[in-house]
Amino acid sequence: MTNKLSKVFDTPNKKAFIAFLTAGDPDADSTVKFILEMEKAGADLVEIGIPFSDPTAEGVVIQEANIRALGNGMTTDGAFDIVRRVRETSQIPLAFMTYVNPVFHYGYDRFFQKCEELGVDAIIIPDLPYEEKAEVEGPAKAHNVALISMIAPTSESRIRTIASEAEGFIYVVSSMGVTGVRSEIRTDLGSIVEHIRKATDVPCAIGFGISTPKQAKDMAALSDGAIVGSAIVRLIAEHGADAAPYISRYVSSMKAAVLEA
Amino acid sequence: MSKGRYGIHGGQYISETLMNELIRLEEAYEHYKNDPEFNAELSKLLNEYAGRPSLLYYAEKMTKDLGGAKIYLKREDLNHTGSHKINNVLGQVLLAKKMGKTRVIAETGAGQHGVATATAAALFGMECEIFMGKEDTDRQALNVYRMELLGAKVHPVTTGTMTLKDAVNDTMREWSNRVSDTHYVLGSVMGPHPFPMIVRDFQSVISREAKQQILEAEGKLPAAVVACVGGGSNAMGAFYNFIEDKEVELIGCEAAGKGVDTELHAATIAKGSLGIFHGMQSYFCQDEYGQIAPVYSISAGLDYPGIGPEHAYLHDIGRAQYVPVTDEEAVEAFEYLSRTEGIIPAIESAHAIAQVRKIAKNYRKDQSIIVCVSGRGDKDVAAIARYRGVDIHD
Repeated sequence: MTNKLSKVFDTPNKKAFIAFLTAGDPDADSTVKFILEMEKAGADLVEIGIPFSDPTAEGVVIQEANIRALGNGMTTDGAFDIVRRVRETSQIPLAFMTYVNPVFHYGYDRFFQKCEELGVDAIIIPDLPYEEKAEVEGPAKAHNVALISMIAPTSESRIRTIASEAEGFIYVVSSMGVTGVRSEIRTDLGSIVEHIRKATDVPCAIGFGISTPKQAKDMAALSDGAIVGSAIVRLIAEHGADAAPYISRYVSSMKAAVLEA
Repeated sequence: MSKGRYGIHGGQYISETLMNELIRLEEAYEHYKNDPEFNAELSKLLNEYAGRPSLLYYAEKMTKDLGGAKIYLKREDLNHTGSHKINNVLGQVLLAKKMGKTRVIAETGAGQHGVATATAAALFGMECEIFMGKEDTDRQALNVYRMELLGAKVHPVTTGTMTLKDAVNDTMREWSNRVSDTHYVLGSVMGPHPFPMIVRDFQSVISREAKQQILEAEGKLPAAVVACVGGGSNAMGAFYNFIEDKEVELIGCEAAGKGVDTELHAATIAKGSLGIFHGMQSYFCQDEYGQIAPVYSISAGLDYPGIGPEHAYLHDIGRAQYVPVTDEEAVEAFEYLSRTEGIIPAIESAHAIAQVRKIAKNYRKDQSIIVCVSGRGDKDVAAIARYRGVDIHD
């Protein structure tokens, strides 16, 4: 990749901390502020969720963030505008996370052209499995946006196929079910990562269910990084537009844990 | 193009967590659909438990009153559990049992599919959990109690619009949470491949019987087959064996709610646009950014913002036509069939009856129309009473 994704894992211990938030939760100004705050606190990549009416891969915390953001008028164009404002001062690697329908409806080519113009480096689409990725991958590649592949605890024999075509990084789903904080992650992630390593040099980061520094450290030790969404979104739900210092403190602690991995 | 395509529609837009399970399901289905033992078991269940074949009833009074084509009612309302849903459920639950599953989950709108799934789970001794929009648990309280009576656990879904699409969302979430012992008994010809194919095949018994029955009764094919469409399972079942018979018109009736020129409708073909949602490419009611629109219908079973991918394809190629029918027209048809033939249809099915009332006179008296009465209307009586301003509680 020639885009900024190559920088994500270029840290002292080659481990990354990836943070997620929903665009427009609670409003666009706050999202811009939170992203810049997360960068300062050490996030290596920020995933910006473009809200969707029916986020079937999300647990309650991020579902509610989607509802708040849409209720406040956030749109795909609004999310692009957030990126534009972040890019005025920051070069932090950015990824969009959304569902296939908003991207399809915007028009794949138009969507990824805009990503390229504004500097969005990657996209994660949880309802776009390997079998359906071709229609999105072409336009994404043409505009230098990495389509991130996901690997789940149930992927088994699919790991090799998916990993061998992956680019940017691989999103390893830690657990069954939807996003959300979990007290315990029981999947044998070590063996999944081992399978991935045999198929590709593309780094892999683990997400779903991670909330504590200990979990972040453990997951980063097993892989190349930890992805955290619901725990951050929960701070935003609790503190609204005033969440910046809480996010900053939390991201700092998680980043420190990942650096210890 | 990926698997399970109907023209440009269909596909498998689903999380990676569920992909291997869909592949296993497809393999199991491809194996068992040609297995004589499986088919003998299913036929026995359909005939001896569900009461098939269902009658094709000549509605003589309705025919005389409408003054055109002879009207035949395909009486899916006479099936055990009171609707066509049992056809698909018995097939899927038997398949799930063969796959070694011990637990089934399902979404339901009006509650008919939930009741059918709870029934089959009771029969097969399987654990059963049903997801139903909170709004629907309120307007179909009787069906909630029926499901509980049958041993199912009913989860009222309080996210989003609290109707059928949200019930599908939560059932998908639950399936991705627990897939190894659990089968998702999807209730309509929708979702990711192989569901639209499996559900269509299990529902095609409707048109297989109806074709034979109409040929026996009339000596020729019908001029038209009419059915209501939400996701579209009874319509797909009623159309399927007539698709090759080009002279037979296929007419699907969508819920137009308060009217297609208002925002309160669920008329996907009339008002929707191309999209990708719930595992499939098809037509959906959505806004300019691809956010799925809240839809409305008096009928909980048609209150869905999408349509099955094979219907979308039949629409694209002009093989079937889809027409909107309003709440008011459906309620009038509900009352009409009750008084004219002594048959209380489900409010969903009443949408198809309403369309037949409009078009029957356009046909000659030597022609016939088959209309699928997909379910019985007992569950709707209280809601229709409320619609007419009579306050009764079910």
